[in-house]
Amino acid sequence: ICSHVSIANRLTRTHVNYEVKGDVAVIRMNDPNSKVNTLSVQMQREMSEVMEEVWANTAVGSAVLISSKPGCFIAGADINMIQACTNTEEVTRLSQEGQKMFEKIEKSPKPIVAAINGSCLGGGLEFAISCQYRIATKSKKTVLGTPEVMLGLLPGAGGTQRLPKMVGIPSAFDMMLTGRNIRADKAKKMGLVHQLVDPLGPGLKGPEERTIEYLEEVAIEFARGIVAKKIPLTKEKGTMQKLQDYVMSYPVVRNQIYKTVTGKVMKQSKGLYPAPLKIIDSVKAGLEQGPDAGYLAESQNFGQLAKTTESEALIGLYQGQVICKKNRFGTPARPVKTLAILGAGLMGAGVAQVTVDKGIHTILKDTTVPGLARGEQQVYKGLNTKTKKRTITTFERDSILSGLTGQLDYSGFEKADMVIEAVFEDINIKHKVLKEVEAVISPHCIFASNTSALPIKDIAAASIRPDKVIGMHYFSPVDKMQLLEIITTEQTSADTTAAAVAVGLKQGKVIIVVGDGPGFYTTRCLGPMLGEAVRVLQEGVGPKKLDQLTTSFGFPVGTATLADEVGIDVAAHVAEDLGKAFGSRFGGGNVEVLKTMVDLGFKGRKSGKGCYVYQEGLKTKEVNRELDDIMDKYKLTPHPSVSSDSDVQYRLVSRFVNEAVLCLQEGILNSPVEGDIGAVFGLGFPPCLGGPFRFVDSFGADKLVQKMRAYEAVYGDHFTPCQLLLDHANDPSKKFHK
Amino acid sequence: NSQFQTKSKKSLSRPGVKNIVLVEGVRTPFLLSGTTYVSSLLHEGLLNKTALPKDAVDYIIYGTVIQEVKTSNIAREAALGAGFSDKTPSHTVTMACISSNQAMTTGVGLIASGQCDTIVAGGVEFMSDVPIRHSRKMRKTMLSLNKAKTLGQRLSLIGGIRMAHLAPELPAVAEFSTAETMGHSADRLAAAFGVTRLEQDEFALRSHTLAKKAQDAGLLEDVISFKVPGRDIVSKDNGIRPSSMEQLAKLKAAFVKPHGTVTAANSSFLTDGASAVLIMSEEKALAMGYKPKAYLRDFVYVSQDPKDQLLLGPAYGTPKVLQRAGLTMADIDVFEFHEAFAGQIMANLKAMDSDWFAQTYMGRTSKVGAPPMEKFNLWGGSLSLGHPFGATGCRLVTTVAHRLRKEGGQYGLVAACAAGGQVSRDHAVCPSTGTVLWGQESGDLSTDTHTVLMGHVYSTPWFSHRKVFLCYRGRIGADKTLLTGRDRPIRQYRFS
Repeated sequence: ICSHVSIANRLTRTHVNYEVKGDVAVIRMNDPNSKVNTLSVQMQREMSEVMEEVWANTAVGSAVLISSKPGCFIAGADINMIQACTNTEEVTRLSQEGQKMFEKIEKSPKPIVAAINGSCLGGGLEFAISCQYRIATKSKKTVLGTPEVMLGLLPGAGGTQRLPKMVGIPSAFDMMLTGRNIRADKAKKMGLVHQLVDPLGPGLKGPEERTIEYLEEVAIEFARGIVAKKIPLTKEKGTMQKLQDYVMSYPVVRNQIYKTVTGKVMKQSKGLYPAPLKIIDSVKAGLEQGPDAGYLAESQNFGQLAKTTESEALIGLYQGQVICKKNRFGTPARPVKTLAILGAGLMGAGVAQVTVDKGIHTILKDTTVPGLARGEQQVYKGLNTKTKKRTITTFERDSILSGLTGQLDYSGFEKADMVIEAVFEDINIKHKVLKEVEAVISPHCIFASNTSALPIKDIAAASIRPDKVIGMHYFSPVDKMQLLEIITTEQTSADTTAAAVAVGLKQGKVIIVVGDGPGFYTTRCLGPMLGEAVRVLQEGVGPKKLDQLTTSFGFPVGTATLADEVGIDVAAHVAEDLGKAFGSRFGGGNVEVLKTMVDLGFKGRKSGKGCYVYQEGLKTKEVNRELDDIMDKYKLTPHPSVSSDSDVQYRLVSRFVNEAVLCLQEGILNSPVEGDIGAVFGLGFPPCLGGPFRFVDSFGADKLVQKMRAYEAVYGDHFTPCQLLLDHANDPSKKFHK
Repeated sequence: NSQFQTKSKKSLSRPGVKNIVLVEGVRTPFLLSGTTYVSSLLHEGLLNKTALPKDAVDYIIYGTVIQEVKTSNIAREAALGAGFSDKTPSHTVTMACISSNQAMTTGVGLIASGQCDTIVAGGVEFMSDVPIRHSRKMRKTMLSLNKAKTLGQRLSLIGGIRMAHLAPELPAVAEFSTAETMGHSADRLAAAFGVTRLEQDEFALRSHTLAKKAQDAGLLEDVISFKVPGRDIVSKDNGIRPSSMEQLAKLKAAFVKPHGTVTAANSSFLTDGASAVLIMSEEKALAMGYKPKAYLRDFVYVSQDPKDQLLLGPAYGTPKVLQRAGLTMADIDVFEFHEAFAGQIMANLKAMDSDWFAQTYMGRTSKVGAPPMEKFNLWGGSLSLGHPFGATGCRLVTTVAHRLRKEGGQYGLVAACAAGGQVSRDHAVCPSTGTVLWGQESGDLSTDTHTVLMGHVYSTPWFSHRKVFLCYRGRIGADKTLLTGRDRPIRQYRFS
């Protein structure tokens, strides 16, 4: 009967199955409905069944755990499973079930070898580290890590308890608090995996298929070796490791570590993110009060975290990012194989850098030799940094650079499939290059403008084929900022949009596609906030205080610093343009403040002076004292009723949020998801709030409107809430995110 | 008799194309690196064997992999040292493991284009003495010292020298483009094709056993004795060590540890040695009274991905050169493949025998087929004889010529893979794979010809060679005389 049951189970199982090879059970995971394996309810149920059968089977001496999916072992727990829980107790129970399952794995009488190829993250890593032995492929796709903290959670299935013992307390904190991915070779050094296997090239089967097969063969060999006691499960510890363990055995030292780590976390997170603190708490409980207390703390903390607004916001961002990494416009008619960039400035060269290393032939054109040389050097420098970090070899660097052509003329433009211009922000210059380019390019070639504020339809007005004109707004520095804002006009064809999105995705960008208008979405939202910031400065709040107020609200970069980074001249330019386009709503601070600063040469970091004074080689920056005279000249008297620290924060944020909601109302934005992603990844809106729309949902539209009305009473229409926001305030059941 | 009637082609000669012949091939004994120091000058042996007047040579080409800094054009130094006329120009070529193949095909080119009639081509390698350099920082300091004008400048430069600068820089054993050692690559290749440890050990044992047999039977007649200054005369390859499967099974993996399958015993070993061949236009050879050993017919160089297909050259090159010559695998009587690693040879054989591989990676409709083992490397190979990188190509070609004569075949094929794996990083040469196909026409029937087909496959990521040489034909009469020319004898001479 037993065997019948197991056969019946085997037939109905879809996610996990096993095969006995000699005396080794090979357990294979493969979620048929997804590109990746997750520890979903079904996966867990089938895994438990299979494990019970393996343990019961007397012919089996050991087991190998492997994924049949190329590029993924287990990508983590199923987020939907956590979100489906209605209260903290339910999530805690979920965590405890996971803990129990992995405890059984850890105590397995038959050694289990985890054979890891591809991503092994979150719950997947917790599963792997509860196995007796781990073998990983050295493939670039193989990464291990605990990214839970980035979702406002913690490793809730024993991770906070097992990791410190496995890799030491400092490394465990580093892994869990940063959530960063660890490549296979590093994992081996850290003691996270025991053995590495090289990925294979073409043989009698495809490389990926054969690599998984080979990994399985090697893992089976090791499983037998472990049973035969030929392969030790513990590595001989090095002197450094022994020393570290010895030092860590003193509670005083451990306490000092908790203190230091907590201090660091508080400094970086401003106390706005609860997850890192809970991780420290869980680790501490386990180490100081024993495993029972540790596992209990872990599961309870996990339950509490899962129901915080911060976690909800971060998960929302993660899901939004997944959405914005897809091309909803379909596959373009022709893939872009040659991309030409006009202007080798910071932006142009940045775009070249993220393009050429993706195997797209890149032409970088400038008008002067020094300009071109600077741009090419920037690309080289970017790639060289990667060789120093060992992500690419010097050979790969040189090979990549061979795909970059620097030039001063339009030769070869007839082969370009897309041209991105990154020339000076002046409509006349843009028109001039557009006409020059259209004279030389082939009919299918797309013209994209990297402008931050000029409406695309104004640029397209000079085009003989406006359906091929589109806006691609990159953020500086291009190689670090993840966002790309693509702007379509009414005339832009769907295929042009699809091609632009495809290029952006290839460049590794998170993409929002928005409608045309002055400042599009991102610059437009920033406008009123900058205007308010200038007013705040005029009211006598110094740049340092302004930065402190914004960073403590959750902005990664303070507003004064941001203005310096963007460039005061750019800010003045944008403020004036948008002020003209949108009228008094964009008022607030006096534009003359910015203009005077520009006149005095205070253009921000690039000129050495802005709100702050920048000195080569110095990390600390001093407030620019010469600013005081300007502020004296344009001094405003603060209104005590709306000038508390908190009020200043909400004045800045509410204008940002109101403009974002207005963009959705006007159809500039396609969805609140894109609005949130654009604000967080492009403008540094506090990630813990999840973006302006999620902020309205969680803060309450009514409460926000109430605040804005108070400010409106003092400052006028700068704070008038838009209709959509009012709708949400009047009907609490209305939410931007379901 | 009947054996030759089944050939696709009776001869590979083509109208209007010069016939090029191999007159003689010699080599020093191949010695394990560090066992006995071998001098490079083996021309004398070649000259003695062929009684060639020293001033009759038009041009000398040598292949080498790791160059000695002081003798960067080693061909010229060797020629002068051997007493060749100082009017004979020489140059050195490098192409990793097939450097001497490149030397030979370059010579073929010079003859075919009418530049020369008599060429000495060869290869040399001394792993016992590779150049070891100062570190880059030290070199920079030393070069700056030359330019320093004042004592103060000199002192400040010397003062800048740190302990770390004194560490020497060894020639890298890793592929420049991928930083992977060749043994590592071979292990991955074997795994990709599912070649087991057992298969590799069996092949290695076969190589050693066959080499021993050939050595004992005196078949390795291209080896000339050599007097090492201050030491004894060496007259035999010293790397041939037939062992047992049990012994081989005991060895641990050498590169991929601990689960790899490539061991010291199933890899070719670091070897010192030199080889040379005398190549002539047929007319000239006959005019000088030589009896050519083989016709050199065709060759091709190919290149692939230096990471995953580093050592797959023979699989890619063989069908190509056969296609060029209009032959099939069945036409070839003698195969000599360079045995870099037993696993690499087995992987190549499996690739050649796979329709899927031919269709997926080679753009062919079907497989070319694996060479039959009864025709394959019957006198041992690089695994047992040794592999002085620059010198292996000439050994393979000479062996094919000798085997064709001994075994009575018509067409022979040589294939070799090469990699920049063992190339010093600074040479920045990073070829990946190659095959040589040579052939001979000779025989003992008035109607047939023994043709040596020469093909050469080689590759680098940056440049690929395709040269076309199809030249020679000849036949041997019933009285053991060789008849050349198209269908009538131009000149006759007796075979020894």
